[in-house]
Amino acid sequence: MAVTDTGQTGAGAKKPSPLFKNLTAKIAAIPMIMTALVVFIGCTLWTIYHSFTKSRLLPAPDRWVGLENYERLWSENRWIVSIENLAIYGACSLILSLVIGFILAALLDRKIRFENTIRTIILYPFALSFVVTGLVWQWILNPQLGLQNVVRGWGWETFTFDPINNADIVIYGILIAGIWQGSGFVMVLLLAGMRGIDEDVWKASRVEGIPAWKTYIFIVIPMMRPVFVTALVIISAGIIKVYDLVVAQTSGGPGIASEVPAKYVIEKMFTSQNLGLGFAASTMMLLSVLVVLIPWAYLEFGGKKNG
Amino acid sequence: MKLTTKLLAATAMVAASSASAVELEVTHWWTSGGEAAAVSEFAKAFNATEHTWVDGAIAGSGGTARPIIISRILGGDPMHATQLNHGRQAEELVEAGLMLDLTDVAEAEGWADVVNPSRLLDSCTLDGKVYCVPVNIHSPQWLWLSHAAYEKAGVDVPADWFEFVDSADALKEAGVVPLAMGQQSWQTNLAFGAIMVAVGGTDLYLDVLTNKNAEAAASPEMTKVFEAFAAARLLSEGSNVQDWNQATNLVITGQAGGQIHGDWAQGEFQVAEQVAGTDYTCLPGLGVNEIIATGGDAFYFPKSDDPEITAAQKELASLMISREVQVAFNLKKGSLPIRGDVDLSAANDCMKKGLAILAAGNVLPDGVNAFSADTQGQIDDLTVEFWNDTSITVEDAQARYVGIIEDAD
Repeated sequence: MAVTDTGQTGAGAKKPSPLFKNLTAKIAAIPMIMTALVVFIGCTLWTIYHSFTKSRLLPAPDRWVGLENYERLWSENRWIVSIENLAIYGACSLILSLVIGFILAALLDRKIRFENTIRTIILYPFALSFVVTGLVWQWILNPQLGLQNVVRGWGWETFTFDPINNADIVIYGILIAGIWQGSGFVMVLLLAGMRGIDEDVWKASRVEGIPAWKTYIFIVIPMMRPVFVTALVIISAGIIKVYDLVVAQTSGGPGIASEVPAKYVIEKMFTSQNLGLGFAASTMMLLSVLVVLIPWAYLEFGGKKNG
Repeated sequence: MKLTTKLLAATAMVAASSASAVELEVTHWWTSGGEAAAVSEFAKAFNATEHTWVDGAIAGSGGTARPIIISRILGGDPMHATQLNHGRQAEELVEAGLMLDLTDVAEAEGWADVVNPSRLLDSCTLDGKVYCVPVNIHSPQWLWLSHAAYEKAGVDVPADWFEFVDSADALKEAGVVPLAMGQQSWQTNLAFGAIMVAVGGTDLYLDVLTNKNAEAAASPEMTKVFEAFAAARLLSEGSNVQDWNQATNLVITGQAGGQIHGDWAQGEFQVAEQVAGTDYTCLPGLGVNEIIATGGDAFYFPKSDDPEITAAQKELASLMISREVQVAFNLKKGSLPIRGDVDLSAANDCMKKGLAILAAGNVLPDGVNAFSADTQGQIDDLTVEFWNDTSITVEDAQARYVGIIEDAD
């Protein structure tokens, strides 16, 4: 039924009006457009509005309190710690997973033997959920069971590596797990990008006698810009929403040392039954995404129009 | 004619059986060994009627389970009955008209006369109507001590909190962690409350919790509480466990000297087949003030359009509060029954201590009854941060605590 319907409309829409051009495609896109408008934009506005209200367990649109929730948010130590952790985790995770992913991809790109096998092994962690990753690394980093114990068993009796229980470095323990999980995916993305580079570029650089590493850095990387942008967006989205990894690995501990903003939002909204505060925190998260995104979008899209 | 009668009889039978037997989904977060044994007593009693108990246990303590339960109720997919801590957690759900009114059952069975202390029923009551069934009394202010650990250290089992602190060095020398502490924030908050009653005294406790008096929170007595709490955090170094029952297990196995935890820890000792007085000692009010706060669990019944389910819900409600079920449940759970007229001769030493305190009326309100979930969450955050970060001074922590109490509701 639905197929014939759209078929007819599509056939009957042979008019010059640009609105009816590709009507079938436009009709097909309506559900997604509606989802974007209602779910993303609509709910975002709803959330922002309610972040200015004293909503507790249930939304209370009529109890306006202005900036009170934001004032409390920024006076809470836990939120500040969460933001700091996200900054450390984000910066390190972004740089390291791109660097490691690129190096792995470049190594695989040298047409080595068993490439498929190695690629599968490196990509494999990505198939695991963050919860499993978190638990696995909780065990690996557990001083009684994991790495520390093994190294001590080899004879280094004084070897200490216990990030999970040390408030100062616990976020790096989570970072290790995050990179282990994510860099394989970045590698595959970048490898696909590298394979898209014309073989002639390599031939030309070989004729010129340019060493391989220079070719990668000065020729291949600039040519792979779109792939890097894709990888960047995917990694950044993963960073902002990091939640399950922390919950599985440390539950935010020791103390509040590995809290992250997403966890703060969830717990304030549901455990503490303070929706207003949770909404204020999620609005701040949105704002931080926009601060990064708007200048980038301006450079990426705005620049082209002008130029 | 014969056939018609038969058919009629058959339809009547089908109608009758479908009218009465329903399945009720019950959610709760009782998943540790002792807790699971206790909840199965409810299920057993309910299955003995024509109805069926569908167990919906949610692992990971109340902090994990409550959001799931509440979002299911709000999201229009309510279970038929659910555990919650009575008090203020469900206040807004009741106000929004999402919970079944149990007043008729309560009046018919005279709950007001049997529930002791009556405050428990008051926390279930809003505008004169009863919305939940209290099922047990839990008190958080207990110190659990391992006899095996003290034997290893060669010192006597302490009789109160102060002796416990003094004995800590001997335990450390014997390679025993003096104080086991789970890392979840509600557990540090619980220990904080217990130390507050023991060190600060009941007047201070009541002034801060009931009156939300910020001046009391800033008083020198409160400073003493924070100092004791700061001393306690140093005793737990090396007990890197998350869940409370893992911490209790350290005490059971003698790897830790003691744990400040609620009386539900007792269920774990029972599952491990340990005997109060010979294998472990329990000190209500940390042995200092023999007084307990009476929090506890209650069951709420989300409203249903189906009259059969409503009838079964009310049946379950009256079953939970009935004498036999109360005894069976609370013996397994290690908690105190909510009615004073039951026979608990089978109770062990620790429960008898609790019962005696209860009978003497030495009871206090619990944090969950006094504070909103929001305030409670802030105190959770403060205590867990303070516990794990020794760079936070007593003064800083107290100043932040005063700030929380000022804004408390």
